[in-house]
Amino acid sequence: MAVRFLITDDPLDAAAISGLVATAGDGAVATFVGLVRDHNVGRRVLWLDYEAYAPLALKAFEQIADEAQASWPGVRLAIHHRTGRLEIGEASVVIVAASAHRGEAFAVCRYAIERVKQIAPIWKHEHFDGGEQWIEGATADPADETARALALERACT
Amino acid sequence: MHVTVRLFARLRDVAGAAELSRQLPDRATARDAWDAITREFPGLASYGSSVSCAVNESYARFTTELHDGDEVAFLPPVSGG
Repeated sequence: MAVRFLITDDPLDAAAISGLVATAGDGAVATFVGLVRDHNVGRRVLWLDYEAYAPLALKAFEQIADEAQASWPGVRLAIHHRTGRLEIGEASVVIVAASAHRGEAFAVCRYAIERVKQIAPIWKHEHFDGGEQWIEGATADPADETARALALERACT
Repeated sequence: MHVTVRLFARLRDVAGAAELSRQLPDRATARDAWDAITREFPGLASYGSSVSCAVNESYARFTTELHDGDEVAFLPPVSGG
């Protein structure tokens, strides 16, 4: 499982993933773990089913890492996203950024999750008390500079 | 020419199929493939410009020309994370 970018049906292990990117020169590792929560827009969520177009999602993760590398040279990134049925409290995504200093690690971690939400071909199918619904967020356009600028802005504030 | 159309998430549910094989005229674009699918499954038409497309597992524009044997995927707005 020693790959920096992964789509998997298996549970995610944040500590193992941070081990993939941290080197002796790194003084900081920032980890973001996205969890399945039990409520959404007033509904009681029971579980989520995640679907991905895996080969394209991996290319999107690589693009995100390339973008991060251009803005924060030297920072290394890993992105693992889970698919299939996830229960409340389980990790759906783990993002790890390793850097010599904390500022860049935090920034890249935030940038990466914003970009995942914008351009990764992954979907949540929400099963809630009373029904089910596909969640549809951003129209994926990797070339949309406005979206990228928004992710950069969020990463740097 | 022959192309494979892949549909994801709610698009798949609306069409009732994850993968469709379709004949398209030569020089057809991703837009032509989408138009053909929405004629077949009118429930997809409301997606309009909120759908993204990919050709052979890379993001593409709707103006991209397709070739025999290509795989074109249509993606509803994403919600990963």
